[in-house]
Parts: sequence; C-alpha cells; structure tokens
Amino acid sequence: MSEPQDFILSCPIPIDKYPRVLLAHGGGGRLMHQLISQMFLATFSHSDRAPHDAAEIHLESGRIAFTTDSYVVQPLFFPGGDIGMLAVNGTVNDLAMSGARPLYLSAGFILEEGLPMETLWRVVRSMQQAAQTANVQIVTGDTKVVDKGKGDGIFINTAGVGIIEHDCAIAPQSVQPGDVLLLNGDLGRHGIAIMTQREGLAFETSIESDAAPLASLVLELLDAGIEIHCLRDLTRGGLSSALNEIAQAACVKIEIDESSIPISAEVQGACEILGFDPLYVANEGRFVAFIPPEFAQTAIEIMRSHPLGKSAQIIGNVTENKTSGFVAMKSKIGAQRIVDMLSGEQLPRIC
Amino acid sequence: MTMKFVDEYRNANAARQYARAIAASATQPWTIMEICGGQTHSIVKFGIDELLPPEITLIHGPGCPVCVTPVELIDKAIAIASHPEVIFCSFGDMLRVPGSRGAEEQERDLLAVKAKGGDIRIVYSPLDALKIAQANPHKQVVFFAVGFETTAPATAMAVYQAARQEINNFSLLVSHVLVPPAMEAILASPHNRVQGFLAAGHVCTVMGYTQYEPLVQKYRIPIVVTGFEPLDILQGVYMCIQQLESGRSQLENQYVRSVRRDGNAAAQQLIREVFEIASRKWRGIGEIPQSGLELRQKYAEFDARRRFDISSFAIAESPECISGQILQGIKKPYECAAFGDRCTPEHPLGAPMVSSEGACAAYYRYRQRSLVTK
Repeated sequence: MSEPQDFILSCPIPIDKYPRVLLAHGGGGRLMHQLISQMFLATFSHSDRAPHDAAEIHLESGRIAFTTDSYVVQPLFFPGGDIGMLAVNGTVNDLAMSGARPLYLSAGFILEEGLPMETLWRVVRSMQQAAQTANVQIVTGDTKVVDKGKGDGIFINTAGVGIIEHDCAIAPQSVQPGDVLLLNGDLGRHGIAIMTQREGLAFETSIESDAAPLASLVLELLDAGIEIHCLRDLTRGGLSSALNEIAQAACVKIEIDESSIPISAEVQGACEILGFDPLYVANEGRFVAFIPPEFAQTAIEIMRSHPLGKSAQIIGNVTENKTSGFVAMKSKIGAQRIVDMLSGEQLPRIC
Repeated sequence: MTMKFVDEYRNANAARQYARAIAASATQPWTIMEICGGQTHSIVKFGIDELLPPEITLIHGPGCPVCVTPVELIDKAIAIASHPEVIFCSFGDMLRVPGSRGAEEQERDLLAVKAKGGDIRIVYSPLDALKIAQANPHKQVVFFAVGFETTAPATAMAVYQAARQEINNFSLLVSHVLVPPAMEAILASPHNRVQGFLAAGHVCTVMGYTQYEPLVQKYRIPIVVTGFEPLDILQGVYMCIQQLESGRSQLENQYVRSVRRDGNAAAQQLIREVFEIASRKWRGIGEIPQSGLELRQKYAEFDARRRFDISSFAIAESPECISGQILQGIKKPYECAAFGDRCTPEHPLGAPMVSSEGACAAYYRYRQRSLVTK
C-alpha cells in the first residue's frame, strides 16, 4: 500500500515532551485539546468546519445500515495488520454484510496511561489508511484515558453508517434449500498470525492476517445483479460459528465438503502442531455468501476476478429446511460428521 | 513451514480401499481398542468408524493425559495457582478440567483461578516455563507436568536444565503416566473386551516398542503400533484384523515412518536420569502399579508438592460421571445418562468431556446430533 502524498509522517504531538499518554490527555484540558486537534482531527477530518459535539452527515433518503463493534486485540501490531486497521475494516465489513455501501465511521479510543505516543500515532495513521482504502470517512470520535493497569494499551470502538442501495433481503431468514455457499478465500490466516505473535509460541511462519475491507467485493456482486440471500463475515469462531449461527437462525441444514474448503499449507501445518481445527480459527477478511444456484457460477467468477476473492470456492449448499438448524460436513475420507459451534476458546493440546 | 504428508494420509479413495479390504477379511465380530486420545479424535473427526464394517467395534482407550490426571492433583494445581506469588504454567487443555469442588464454588478449574486474578500461563513446552522462571526471579514458577511418555522427555529436560543452572524458583507438579502398565491393567480386568490393540505411535516414537512384547506373549493379543492420520488408523485396524482372523498374536509396526524398535535413546536416557517409576492413580480407573513417573531423590527439590504446603481435600467426584468405564472402553460416551445434557464441554462433569482427546468431547463435538436424532 503506498503512502498518501500529503500525509504527515511524523507524530504531530511533540514526542520529546509527551513520549507517553498521560491521564491529562483524556482530562478535558489543554493536553486533550492538543491531542484531538493535532492528531485526530488533523488525520481524520475532511471538512473545514469547526469541531462540534456531533458530526452532521448527509444521506440520500432510503434504508441505512448502522453497526458498532469494539476491538481489544493483543498484540496491537501483528503480521499483516494492527488494531487500527481491524477497527476500521471490522465495522466496514459488518456494514458490507448487509449489502450496504459503508460511508461514515466514528472512533472511540480508550487509552491506557503510559501508552507510548508513537504507538498511538501508528494506530491512528493505520486507521486513516484503512479508511481511505475502504472509501469511508471517520467523522466523529472520543478519547478517554484510564489508569495504568486498567486497560491493555488501546481499546477502540467504531460505529458505522452505510446506505443500502439494493432490494435484496440479505438476512438468515432468506436462506432456502438449494442455496449455494461461496467462500471468498482460504481460512485461518488472521487467527494463526495472532497466535504466532503471542508469548510462548515462537515458531516462525510467514502467515499474515487476512484483514481486509470486503465492501467493494460485495458491492460488485450486487451491481452485477446477483441475488444474495445472506452474507456473513467469518470472525471469531471461524467458519463453523458463522454457519451454525445462520443454520440455527434459518432453521436449515447446511452441508459442506471438507475437500473444497481452501486452507493454505502453512495454516494447516500450524493447526496440526497446535491441535486447532482451521474451521474454528478467526478470520478478518473472509465471508460466506448464500446464493441461489442459478447465480452461483457468475458469482464465483466475479469473486475470483476481485483481489479479495482469488481463491474463492463453492464449499457446500443448503439441503433441508424446517430442521433445528445444523451443519454437516463430508470429511476428506468421505464420512459425514457434525460441525458444531465452538465451546469456549480453542486451547492448545498436550501432545 | 509446510506440512507434508498430511493430505496423502487423508485420501478418500485409499480410505475406501482399506475399508473394503477390512470388510472382506472380517468373518466375525472383533473389538479393537485404540490407546491414544489423538487416535480417538481422528476416528471420530474423520468418521473412520463409519467406514468400517459392522463386525469391527473400535473402543476408546485411556490415552488422554487430561482425562486420567487424578482429581486431587487438579485440586492441588488450583490451590498452588491461587498463591499470589506463583506463576502457574500449564498446557492449554488442563485449564478447563474440573476439580473436586462443586460448581457452586468459585475455584472450580484453573480458568476460574485465572479469572480471579491468578497468574496462569499457557505454555507449549516445559522449557518455556523454565524461561518464565528465569525472567521472573522473584516469583515461584510452577509447571503442571502431565502427559504420557511423549511429553516426559521435555519435562525431564526442563528439570535437568533447572538443576544445572540452579534456577531455584522453578518447580513441577508431576503427573506423568506410562502406557504399557495401563494396557496390562485393561487386559487383566475381568471386564476386558479388548481383542486387539492399536498402540500409540507417538509414545513408541520415544520409547520404542519392545515394552509391548511381554504383553503380546502373556495375553496372546495382537498389538499394532499405529499412527494418527485416517489411513494410518485404517491400516492399523487392517493389520490387527489380519492377525485376529489368522489366529496370530504378534507385535507389528504400522507407523514405520516415525517409530523405530528401540525408540529415541537420548530421550529415554533423559527420562531415566530425572524420573523413577512409581505407582500412580488414574482418574476414573484407580491405582495402577508402576504406571507413573516421579522425580528422583536427586531432583526432589523441584517437586512442587514439597515446596507448597497443600493440605489434602475431601475428594468428591460427580457421582453421575462414568469416566472410568469410558476410559476402559466398557461404555461409549452416549451410553452415559448425563452425556450432552447435564454434561457438556461448557459444563463438564468429568475430564473426558474437556480435552479434545477425551472420548466424550469428541463424540459431543462430532456426533451429538446423529445420536440425538437416531
């Protein structure tokens, strides 16, 4: 990704004077004002208007999508991303999963006293770049500072607004028997990238997070006239949780084929060592689309011609309705098994 | 890092060929036990048992270290981990195993201790725990050393290094167990149904397989050292059936790509240096003679039980849990009245519902619905 031309590369807060975030940076006084005006507004603002309590935005009349999410990842920086780009992409993706065109975000920061100012600056810059890539504007925000030990560096909340320009009812209730499941890429990169950075797990891999904004790919599908019944991004809990949630909400049976699910050799290898199942590992740039069979071929071609869908696959279909809602998988050796929701965290096994 | 030789051992056509060959040779019912929980997990996850003809019954052995660690030791771990000066290090899947105290008590498992502020860290190797001890000289660092012969060499190495480098704030809560004595206990039981064993490939990679020769001779039972991938297990079953059908009882090695007859001599020497063989209680099964490893006198200063004064607790296992019968292959998980209802991975009554290698957890995760709708 190239740096924007007119971008300030050095931290706008005088780091020699304030190398770390102080309680006063959230205290409502001069230091907070300086942080907001010199870092946040200078980076995110798109208007010349004086800052005010609320941003005023203009939307065409019609349906809007509105969502919020909070981000608490450790480590803050990991191969392929950081908490800032996750906070932008995650909310952009939640909007995209309702088929909306994401437009505006808010950003609320909870900072821990003592956080290096340089770290905050790197995160803020990353958010600005992610917003630019996803074609959204960060129009309002908030900053609080908590005592040392009461936070974990940075927590970020983003909320987002987008407009819905299509007529599809994109929701689990629209899922029907016969629908085909499309997955836009291989599984597990984000979760494994995070795991490899955590304390105590020092094996070397080149696995980078798959974190990416999915709205442009979804909008391409909609613009091409593809009828979409449901979309779901695969985040914590991985593919299995996403499919189980939809199966239960729609009261359908979903059948997937293990051999058709793309998983890179590196992720597979890391999972074998850790005793993890890639179906349960987190992703940040992957989604499934439920599409009527007559649209499936065109949809997979559109996906594969988009940078975020090069290894897209048809992984299964919806086979029965009026069930209690569950997911079955044909295993690689040809037997059937249940794919259940994850219980608690996946914990690394002993041997 | 690339993982070679995984997909090759998960090939659907080859699996069907093995299944057909097994079906063609089985002329009567046979019951085979796979020892290792890793094998149980593979069998249930890939549906290997569904490919087998109805004559073949696979029963699941006690080879899940989480499942057989005695409940009083979990209680001790919880007590030690609750000390404010302790950093308690454990493999991940021990954290959810319930101790003896009831669900209404707060310190039910190690995760609950962590939630209350205990410093509990998941490690992937005992040597990582040793590093934590070096980095935190003012803390007591305790490693929960569980597992079979597979994890024992790494534990032994950590103790050996700690002694050499005089790392005095490091100790271990040891509960290592040994596979062959458990197999003998199963064979000697009047309830035994096992007619052939798939021995645990990874254990044999370390220890070799000469230890199984006396079992084969004494009990006239086929034992096939077997790997963990679907084709390994199918081939192991095939070799076992061939022996049973022809009336042979021999020790065979399916897992030749990993296992040598004498195993890993350096690892065995390290185990002998640090540990001696002792009797050990197995959760759900009871005391098995000569079935565990204990620190030798020379290394006794690293025994956490000596370092921390832990009084014994009254032990109250859930009266509903039939884990003992599960671990000996006498009952299948779904034959338990509490399975999937009062006992789930979120609220386990016993350890086999906790570990991914536990038979109950494997059935719950991969089979629950087919059992309910049967």
